[in-house]
Amino acid sequence: MSVEDTIRRKLTEAFQPERLDVENESHLHHGHHGSPQTGESHFRVLVAADAFDGVNRVERQRKIYAVLAEELDGPVHALALTALTPAEAVRRNL
Amino acid sequence: MSENPALEAIESEVKSNDVVLFMKGTPVFPQCGFSAAVVQVLNHIGVKFKGVNVLEDDGIRQGIKEYSNWPTIPQLYVKGEFLGGCDIIREMFETGELMEELSTKGVDVQIQA
Repeated sequence: MSVEDTIRRKLTEAFQPERLDVENESHLHHGHHGSPQTGESHFRVLVAADAFDGVNRVERQRKIYAVLAEELDGPVHALALTALTPAEAVRRNL
Repeated sequence: MSENPALEAIESEVKSNDVVLFMKGTPVFPQCGFSAAVVQVLNHIGVKFKGVNVLEDDGIRQGIKEYSNWPTIPQLYVKGEFLGGCDIIREMFETGELMEELSTKGVDVQIQA
């Protein structure tokens, strides 16, 4: 299973998100200092889920980091996160 | 107090500087796009801050993740408190909350032309 699929599966199981975007941006960082040349190192993730209701920004990201701890310890070199409630996602036209 | 000297060094940086950014590289030469983005925001709003280059000290590089239970770098601390990483700082800047938060905490901010 690709890293992208693993991220998708784990976040889906943990948050049952209303919306989940996982974008592999590794190609943008190919050759950068310290970048592992695996093609599965840099990701951008948007999660919109009820689980973030009443949870502050820092705690939202901590929840995601906890679910993806293994990946962050391993193949994932960078993870850009947007964690919203479904209502916030709508308000932002996302 | 911890017995890990890196955690003590981190604690001392966080407590003795109003605004501290743990980053890869230096404010003048960031070595990672995420660190560079936060430096750019802080410069833009005219905040004086101390940059701590985690690439120079592996103890701090690992320790900072433990210190705030936050596995990624950069990390911004204001008046002893962890405010967030790149995504959060960028978002708070865009919504205007960052300037508000800094002002509330008594940190001087001034948008640079």
